[in-house]
Amino acid sequence: MADTKNHQAAPIIEVRDIVKHYGSVIALSGVSMHVSKGEVLCLLGDNGAGKSTLIKTLSGVVRPTSGDFRVDGEPVNFASPRDALDAGIATVYQDLAMIPLMSITRNFFMGREPVKGFPPFRHIDFEHCHEVTREEMHKIGIDIRDPHQAVGTLSGGERQCVAIARAVYFGAKVLILDEPTSALGVAQTSMVLKYIHQVQQKGLGVIFITHNVRHAYAVGDRFTILNRGKTLGTFAKSEIAMDELQNLMAGGKELEVLSHELGGTV
Amino acid sequence: MADTGQKAAVAPRQDERVRKAGLVTQLMRRPELGALAGLVLVATFFFITADRSMFSLAGAMTILEPAAQLGILAIAASLLMIGGEFDLSIGSMVAFSGLIFGVALVNLGLPLWGAIIVTLIGAGLIGAINGQIVIRTRLPSFIVTLAFLFILRGLTLVGLKWATGGSTQLRGIHDVVADSALAGMFSGDALGGLFTWLAEHDLIDKFDNGVPKVSGVPVSIIWFVIVALLATWVLLRTRIGNWIFAAGGDPNAARNSGVPVDRVKTGLFVLTACAAALIAIITVLDAGSTDARRGFQKEFEAIIASVIGGCLLTGGYGSAIGAFFGAIIFGFVSIGLTYTHFDSDWFQVFLGAMLLLAVLFNNFIRRKVTGER
Repeated sequence: MADTKNHQAAPIIEVRDIVKHYGSVIALSGVSMHVSKGEVLCLLGDNGAGKSTLIKTLSGVVRPTSGDFRVDGEPVNFASPRDALDAGIATVYQDLAMIPLMSITRNFFMGREPVKGFPPFRHIDFEHCHEVTREEMHKIGIDIRDPHQAVGTLSGGERQCVAIARAVYFGAKVLILDEPTSALGVAQTSMVLKYIHQVQQKGLGVIFITHNVRHAYAVGDRFTILNRGKTLGTFAKSEIAMDELQNLMAGGKELEVLSHELGGTV
Repeated sequence: MADTGQKAAVAPRQDERVRKAGLVTQLMRRPELGALAGLVLVATFFFITADRSMFSLAGAMTILEPAAQLGILAIAASLLMIGGEFDLSIGSMVAFSGLIFGVALVNLGLPLWGAIIVTLIGAGLIGAINGQIVIRTRLPSFIVTLAFLFILRGLTLVGLKWATGGSTQLRGIHDVVADSALAGMFSGDALGGLFTWLAEHDLIDKFDNGVPKVSGVPVSIIWFVIVALLATWVLLRTRIGNWIFAAGGDPNAARNSGVPVDRVKTGLFVLTACAAALIAIITVLDAGSTDARRGFQKEFEAIIASVIGGCLLTGGYGSAIGAFFGAIIFGFVSIGLTYTHFDSDWFQVFLGAMLLLAVLFNNFIRRKVTGER
């Protein structure tokens, strides 16, 4: 039922036939995808499929060689990650999201610290920062002992959630999550997945990059499969089963054989 | 000022979800704790072994003056280290700035204020070059600034010989600045009036004729305190401070969050260079001459003081007030041994041991506090 809603809504991000060359290497050769409000789009693909290049393009780290990139229907050309952020596209990187030695508050407001006072006495409004941090953490259900504690004391899942909460707090319209669950244990994974669902309910668009089909199927509305720099296709959840998704992602045939050899456990 | 953090932690006590962090944890979270502990240790040691005169007002000034000169360098070096970079060229930069300053005053005949501006701009430019090379080539700053350690020292020698016609010492600075009011800001003693007043009221030691034994606070100590307070405020309370921590902690994460990492780092290189220039100005005005050995090995001493003060060599952690204490420890040990019956050549042994202890301690604390595995 989510489908009908999504097809009507205008996409927030839409890319068509994106191509990216690094010298003689073709990283992306015509990728198309779109994501709308309140929708989780899963980008699936094995290593080398072009997932990270696509993320880098969407988040303004690299410029595409050619192709159509629209945000809210307007063509955009990001020069830096800052531009993407300003357009409401926030990217949460797998392990580059937080600085372990800094406090949760300092991390939360990093690069966007609210200040008060007049120059040259302008300084960070830490009371406000601590309050907001505590409040936002409470919303996700993370009980932080105190916002001064270093991020290094949080678990991997908590760190991902803090990073996501930060993006949401600063008004992201679309979240790009780069393999947020790949380094996490079972309990922590479900914590992150639950939070992704929460973010979706809030009406944000989510692009969830993963190579774990199970995780994707748990929260995804639609699935775009990348293989060797191309889109193999996009499927709504109702159109495809988990096994098929797995096969498509890994390039079909070989995996079936392998799966057979391993007694169907892949 | 260093405990501004704790003040805020007390406020939300009504929030039942927040377990109050224990006092020990809160203290351990402060990077300068080790330096403070070290200072207490060193002070106790000298209190037991040293002559009583070390703990008089005059003794304190004797210790604090070299500590102040080193400390200004160390505070700048610690900010840079927190920002994730090193500057091994600060010592040579002191000599080179001394050359610029001397030539501007003596050879070019600039007024004192002009010479100060020229010196700061010159040093700042070299700092910016250092920073740009490090950022653009992504080479370790260790190597780049090691190169500048030799380049600047060599240039100072060559420049001094050129400016003086063959000597490695440039004299005659007292003569040209003698009538400048500005000189008082950079040399001599401050707060003379206060000390006279204190002596009149028998609050400090004085000679029989009523003149106080200590006529004032050397200006370098005043600069030291101002720089320490300012650096601590910037580091703990401002956006730039947060960016310095972020740039040193993880430049990629910082960049992804919109922190202008390259600008922050370049600024820090300029800052250390200007701190070296300030020391050059103060010491040259004091001595009345400048020579090629000025600031010799100060880069190592500054880094040692920063590390004793709690800075991690890997960046992203440390404090300016720690470097402040680190420098005072340095002054204590280097001057203090002459007040004891120990051979003062024990100084280097003592220093190396302090450094090793500090590094071990810092590492332990960091693991403890941040839960790093």
